[in-house]
Amino acid sequence: MLPPAPMSATTAGGFLLVLSIVLPVAGVLLAFALGDRYVRLVAFTIMPLGLAIAAALVLALPRGGGHLVYLLGAWPPPLGVALHADGLSAVMIAATAVVIPAVAVYAAPEFRPAAAARAPAAFWMLLLAIWGALNAIFVGGDLFTLYVALELLTFATVPLVSLDGRAETLQAALRYLLFALLGSVLYLAGTALLYGLYGALDIVLLSRRADAQLGTLIAAALMTTGLLAKTALFPLHLWLPPAHAGAPAAASAILSGLVVKGSLFIVIRLWFDVMRGLPGFAAAHVLGALGATAIIFGSVVALRQERLKLLIAYSTLAQIGYLFLMFPLAFDVSGDLKRGGALAGGVLQAISHATAKAAMFMAAGSIYAGLGHDRITGLNGVARAQPLSVLTFALGGVALMGVPPSGASLAKDLLLQAAAETEQWWWTILLQAGGVLTAAYVVLVLAHALAPPDKPIALRGAVPRICDLAALVLALCSLLLGLMPWASYLPIPQGGMSNPLGIDALSKLLLPVLGGTVLAILLSPWPHPLALNAVERMIAPLRRACLGFGRLVEAVDDVLRQWPAASMSLLLVALLLGTLMFAGA
Amino acid sequence: MSAVTVFGLTAAAAVGLGLYGLITNPQPLRKLLAFNLLGSGVFLLFGIIGRRGAAAGFGNDPVPQALVITGIVVAFAATALAIALLLRLFRTAGSTTLRSDAPRMGRGADAPGG
Amino acid sequence: MSITTVFESVLAALVLGLALWTIAVRETYSATVGFVAYGLMVALIWVGLDAIDVALTEAAIGGGLGGIVLLGAAARLRDTESTAAETPNRMVRLGAAALSAAIAAALAIAILLLPDAAPTLAPAAVANAAATGLANPVTNVLMAFRGMDTALEKVVLLLAIVGVWSLASDQAWGGRPGPHHEADPNGVLAFLARLLPPVGIVIGVYILWTGADHPGGAFQGGAVLASMWLLVIMAGLADTPPASSRRLRLVLVAGPGLFFLVGLGGLCFGAAFLAYPIAHAKPLILGIETAMLLTIAATLALLLAGAPERSVPR
Repeated sequence: MLPPAPMSATTAGGFLLVLSIVLPVAGVLLAFALGDRYVRLVAFTIMPLGLAIAAALVLALPRGGGHLVYLLGAWPPPLGVALHADGLSAVMIAATAVVIPAVAVYAAPEFRPAAAARAPAAFWMLLLAIWGALNAIFVGGDLFTLYVALELLTFATVPLVSLDGRAETLQAALRYLLFALLGSVLYLAGTALLYGLYGALDIVLLSRRADAQLGTLIAAALMTTGLLAKTALFPLHLWLPPAHAGAPAAASAILSGLVVKGSLFIVIRLWFDVMRGLPGFAAAHVLGALGATAIIFGSVVALRQERLKLLIAYSTLAQIGYLFLMFPLAFDVSGDLKRGGALAGGVLQAISHATAKAAMFMAAGSIYAGLGHDRITGLNGVARAQPLSVLTFALGGVALMGVPPSGASLAKDLLLQAAAETEQWWWTILLQAGGVLTAAYVVLVLAHALAPPDKPIALRGAVPRICDLAALVLALCSLLLGLMPWASYLPIPQGGMSNPLGIDALSKLLLPVLGGTVLAILLSPWPHPLALNAVERMIAPLRRACLGFGRLVEAVDDVLRQWPAASMSLLLVALLLGTLMFAGA
Repeated sequence: MSAVTVFGLTAAAAVGLGLYGLITNPQPLRKLLAFNLLGSGVFLLFGIIGRRGAAAGFGNDPVPQALVITGIVVAFAATALAIALLLRLFRTAGSTTLRSDAPRMGRGADAPGG
Repeated sequence: MSITTVFESVLAALVLGLALWTIAVRETYSATVGFVAYGLMVALIWVGLDAIDVALTEAAIGGGLGGIVLLGAAARLRDTESTAAETPNRMVRLGAAALSAAIAAALAIAILLLPDAAPTLAPAAVANAAATGLANPVTNVLMAFRGMDTALEKVVLLLAIVGVWSLASDQAWGGRPGPHHEADPNGVLAFLARLLPPVGIVIGVYILWTGADHPGGAFQGGAVLASMWLLVIMAGLADTPPASSRRLRLVLVAGPGLFFLVGLGGLCFGAAFLAYPIAHAKPLILGIETAMLLTIAATLALLLAGAPERSVPR
C-alpha cells in the first residue's frame, strides 16, 4: 500500500530502488559492448548482485515503515519522477530475483557462449533486460515511466519468442508484438487523459486527486483493457499459447512465470492505489467473470492438448484467470474497496504461480530434451528415465493445486476468507474448482509419465543434473511459500488462517487429486492409462458428453484466437468496463 | 469551435480509424500502418492537452511534449522490429499471414520446439 | 470563423482524408505512401499546436525514417497481397466499425470534458530551468526532470537493435546488416551522397546545439545524421559495419551508458541519481546529448538497415 500523502523526500534505503533497475540494465549495456563471448559471464556476475539488492530491499522495507521512496534527480513530483516501493513491490522483486537466477542456472548449458553464437548472445541480454524492466514496473511511481518500462518488457520478450527462427515462432512473435502494441497504445491514451485532468502522472499524487468523473473512468477503462491485453486475460489471449509454447523452455519459464505478472501488477496499482476503487464493484465483476471464464476455457483446452508445452501454456491461461478473482473479492457488498485479504491472496497466488509454473516449464524442457518430443501420449515410462524432471513437474503441480504449505494454499485460504467476509459465495465455487482443474492436468501428465513404457526409452541427450536441480528448487520454493512471514509485506488479516501442516492438508491433497482424476478421464480425448476398461464402459455416455463439451470449448477458443475476434473483444471489454464504471459511479 | 477542439476531434478520429484498420486488415504491414495511425492520434491527444496547458510564455506545456518525443521514438523502434519480424517471416514461410490456424502448432506429431 | 480556424479545419480535414486513404485503399504500397504524407501533415498540426520540438521529431522520425522503413517493406512485400479468404466479411467489418467508432467517441467526449482550467507544469518547468542552465524547457524535461524515462527509452532502442539482429540467420549473426548497395559512382545518388553529408552533419550538430535553448535536440539531430549515413550506404560509398564490431557496439551503448554513469555519479557524490551539480549541469547535459546524438544516429540507421545478412570473414 502506498503512503497516503506524497513523500517530499527520498527515504533511507531509497537508492536500492534505483539500483534494482540500473544494475540489470547496466548488465545489458555491458554485455552488448563486450560481445558474444562474455554475455553469459556478465549475466552471472549481475545475478548475485541483483539477488543481494533484492534481499537488501526486502530487509530495508519494514524499517522504512513499509515505504521506500526515491526522487530521481531530487526533483519532486509532479515535475520530477519518483520511485516507490511498498510491500507488494518488495514481494514481486524478491520473486523475480529468485526465478531469474534459477532459470539462468537452468539455461546455462543450453545457451553456452561462443564467438559467434546468435541465440546465447541474445538470450542473456534479453534475460537481463526483462529483469530490469520488471523491477522498473514494480518500483515505478509514474504512469509514463511505467509505460516505458512496459515497452522495455515487450521489446525484451518478443525476440525471445522467435529465438529459434522457425516460421511458427516468428508468426507468434509478430502476433504478440502487434497485440501488445495495441495494448500499450490504449494504456498511453488513458495516461494522456489523466495528465489532462489532473496535471500529474505520479501515482501517489493521482491517488489523492482522482475523482469519479467521466474522463477519469474512460481513462481507467482504456488503461485497464490495454494492460489486460498484455496480461492475456481471456478473451485477449490469442498470442499466449503459441508464444509460450514456441519459445525455448527457459524463455517460456520467464514468459509464463514472470512477464505476464508485470502488466498485472500495473492493473493492481491502478485499481488499488491510483484509483482506490473508483472503477467500482460492477467493473470488478467483469474482471472476475473474465477470470472465471479463463479458468474454464484454459483448463478444458489444456486437457485436450497433445503436446506438453501447449498444455502448460493453456494452464497458464487458466491461472491468469484465477489471479483476476481478487478484484471482485476486494470490494465489500456496499461496493467499497477493502484491499486486505483479497489483494494479499491475489499477489501471493501470482508469485506461487511464478515459481511453480517456471519450474514446470523447465521440467517440460528437460523432458523434451531427453525424449526429443513432448507428446503427452508418448510420455509413458519417462518417470523412470528422468525421475527428477517428473518429480519437479509433480511438485510444481501439487503446489499450484493449493496443497499446504504451498503459497497457492495460503492464497486460496485468503481469497476464500475474503469471499466469506464480503458475502460473495459464488466465487467460492471457482476458487475450489481452480484447484481441481489444475489437479486434472497434473494427474493426466503424471499418469502417462508413471505408466510402464510400451518400448524401452532411449534418451536422446542427457540433461545436465544442475538443470533439473534448478527447476526442483523453484518447485520446492512454491511448495513452501506458505511458511514465509508475509504479514510484514502483504495486508493479511489477523487470525483465521488454518494451520499449514494440520490434518486437513491431507484432504486438501486428496480431494483435488480425486476430482482431477475424474475430470482428466472425462475431458482428455487421448487414450490414457487412467481408466480401467470396466469403468470406461460404465461412464461412456458421460464421457462422450464431456468430450463434446470440450470440443465445443476448443472450437470457440479457435474462433476467439483469430485476430479480428480478439481485437474486437478488446474494444468490447473496454466499452463494457467504461460503461459499468460510469453506471456505478 | 477552437483550434484545440478541432485537432482534438481529429485525434479521436485518427484513433478510431487506426483501430478499425488494425482489426479488419489481414496483412501485418497494413496492421502496422494502422497502429502508427492509432499511435499518432494518441500522441496528438498529448499535444492538445499540452496546448491547453500553455502557460509561462510557452505555447505548449513542455512535459507532454517531452512524453510525445519519447513515445514517437518508441513507436519507431516498434515499427522497425515488427518490419524485421515480418520480412523474416516472409523469407522463412513465404507468406505473411497471421491466421492462427495456418501453421497450426502442436497438431503435427513431432512439431519441434523444446 | 477566423482565418486561422479555417486553416486548421482544412488541415484537420486533409489529415483525416489521408488517414482514411491509408486504411481504405486497396494496394498496400499506396497506403504506405498515404501514411508518409499523413505523417508530414501531422507535423504541421504539431506546428499549429506550438510544439515545434515534437513537429521536428514527427517529421524526422515519425514520418521520415518511419516512412522509409514502411515503404521499403511495402516494396519488398508487394507480391503478398492477401487472399480474399482472409479479408473479414461484412458483418465483422460492420462490428469493427461500430466498436472503433464507439471508442473514438468515448475519447472525443473525454477530450471535450477536459477541465477549462487546464492543469499545466509549464510554470514549474520554467521555475526550475535555472538548475540546468538550458532555456529549452522540453530538453530540460527530457534530460533533467524526467531523465529516467529518456535513459530507459535509450535502452528500448538498444533492445530493438538486439531484437532485429536476433532475427539474423546463425551464419550471418555478427555480419553486416542489410543488403550490399551498388550504385553508379558517377550517378545522381553518389553525387548527392558526396554533396549532402557534410551539410547534413553540420545541420545535425547544429540541431543538437541549438536544442539547449531552442527547439531541437539529440533525437532530431540524430535522425538527420542517420539519414546522411544511410544515403552514403545506399550510394555504395560505404558499407554497414559488421554487427560484431566492437567500435560500433560502443557507439550504440554510448548514449545510455554515459547517461547512467552520470546518474550514478549523482547517486554517489551528488544530490541524487540523475541529479546534476548546478555548476556543471549544462556541460554534463550537453555531453550526454552528444553521446546520445551518435547513439541515436547509429541506432536509427541500423534499425532501417535490418538484420545482419552477410557474414564477414573471420
